[in-house]
Amino acid sequence: MRKFIKGFSIHSFLIFISFISLFPFIWLISTALKGSNENIFAYPPIFIPQDFTFENFIGVWHQIPFLLYFLNSFIVAAFTVILNLILSSLAAYPLARMEFKGKNFIFCLVLATIMIPFQAIMLPVYLIVLKLHLVDSYGYVTGYLGLILPFAVNAFGIFLMRQAFLSVPKELEEAAFIDGCSIINIWRKILLPVCAPSLAVLAIFTFIGSWGEFLWPSIVLTNKTLFTLPVGVNDLQGIFSANWRYIAAGSIISIIPIIIFFVAMQKYFVSGNTEGAVKG
Amino acid sequence: MNNYYKKYIPYIFLLPALVMLVIFFFIPFIYTIILSFKDYSGDIYNPVFAGLSNYSVILKSKEFYTTIFNTFMFLLMCVPVLAIFPLIVAIFINQKIKGINIYKVLIYLPVVVSIVVVAIAFKWLYAQQGILNYILEQIGFNPIGWLTDTKFALFAVALVTIYKGIGYYMMIYLSALIGVPKDLYEAADIDGANEFIKHLTVTVPHLMPTIALVVTVSSISALKVFAEIYVMTKGGPLNSTKTIVYYIYERAFENLDLSMAASASVILLVVIMAFSFVNIIFFENKRYKF
Repeated sequence: MRKFIKGFSIHSFLIFISFISLFPFIWLISTALKGSNENIFAYPPIFIPQDFTFENFIGVWHQIPFLLYFLNSFIVAAFTVILNLILSSLAAYPLARMEFKGKNFIFCLVLATIMIPFQAIMLPVYLIVLKLHLVDSYGYVTGYLGLILPFAVNAFGIFLMRQAFLSVPKELEEAAFIDGCSIINIWRKILLPVCAPSLAVLAIFTFIGSWGEFLWPSIVLTNKTLFTLPVGVNDLQGIFSANWRYIAAGSIISIIPIIIFFVAMQKYFVSGNTEGAVKG
Repeated sequence: MNNYYKKYIPYIFLLPALVMLVIFFFIPFIYTIILSFKDYSGDIYNPVFAGLSNYSVILKSKEFYTTIFNTFMFLLMCVPVLAIFPLIVAIFINQKIKGINIYKVLIYLPVVVSIVVVAIAFKWLYAQQGILNYILEQIGFNPIGWLTDTKFALFAVALVTIYKGIGYYMMIYLSALIGVPKDLYEAADIDGANEFIKHLTVTVPHLMPTIALVVTVSSISALKVFAEIYVMTKGGPLNSTKTIVYYIYERAFENLDLSMAASASVILLVVIMAFSFVNIIFFENKRYKF
């Protein structure tokens, strides 16, 4: 009996928390499904739409180029992930395994960048990006590069990969070296495959971070055809000012891809070994 | 084994990452400091050296004081809740019961959704005739202007940050909970301790380093708050939600006042570097040691 009460109270608490966690989205969906004959400010609020319709979703889809925003977000996130995987795992190899002059210095240099918040240096980063012509006024490619390159590598990724390399037994590399394997092949054919789980964690968290990034794109983007999803969604507020049905429908459309991604990759998120991997 | 690579090999591996870090971290870092010593108020293309005068201007500015005050109030609203509440949720999740993964996924969901969408969703909850005011009325309070009343706006923004952070810090606590020795709970059971006492005397002391980590990490992220404010209030009403990063953004990209933006950036840098330094030295030293 005591066990039953304990189980019951645990479930009740967790159902309550889960409900709070979903509530803002449920309310958005409810609003988005309400037709023009229904008062969305009704007191008391009504959860189940009385004038049920998909019109708002169809309407906002026709007015806002969501596919373009998805594509832009995807291009930026995909290249940011690829660059992070390559640059972090390259830099992590000597930091984990080799002895060389200036190692301590470089180690501290990389560590120091953890302490520098992007928000405090964004103005000069913007001036540098302008100077390098990496903005959308020079074309699509430069526009994308301006969104991607400032986040091409960070110290968290380098340290994550370094930890992973440190856990690989040295004998593996030694055997490969004796067999005549070159250093780049030891990295590519031995270390990287063994550390695939860490690469996956780095990829997933970099993807989520890049996909949700708002501050930087809202600073550099001037051309609407390069808008990423967060910038496009924020723009809904200006376009539809008080039309909360459309704003709600557009917001819900915008989160569908990341929800699918999250549910598909959930084991990486909830396994518990991703502690502090990336936090914006 | 030591000389199986040529001497220059390590540098080749490091070069691409270092080039990017230099261009997008170190040069901007030094550039920020240089900008803060220049006066752009005359001719924006020909700034003059200004010594410390930008700092004396900003430190005398009433708006900047409001900004700093708001930033620390915001931190004080978010950090204690984010240090304690996710721990409670994690303790509940850490029990052996069915359906645990579903709870984890649902509670973690707000972490992966873009902050812009979360902020819009809350803006809708906060509407004058919105659902939160309805709930307030039902429990006997007057409706409030969540985002329009200077008394509540900062708190309303903080709630969004808290909401978005719970799942994230819960995961950090969950991975730390695995390390608490089980026999300590059994010993407490024999002593007849109830669940609450058990966690207070066993879990909390064991998790002290993790709690401290969450305090520093959530402090740093509270100091950097931006998107919530940009989407919901733009710093208003009457500067009541203007925090330091929003101030920097406004100065740099809306008023083109580079001097004030850079001086505020340097002040933010110093504060965050202090927090990060404590974090690296005391709480994350395992990950970053040689």
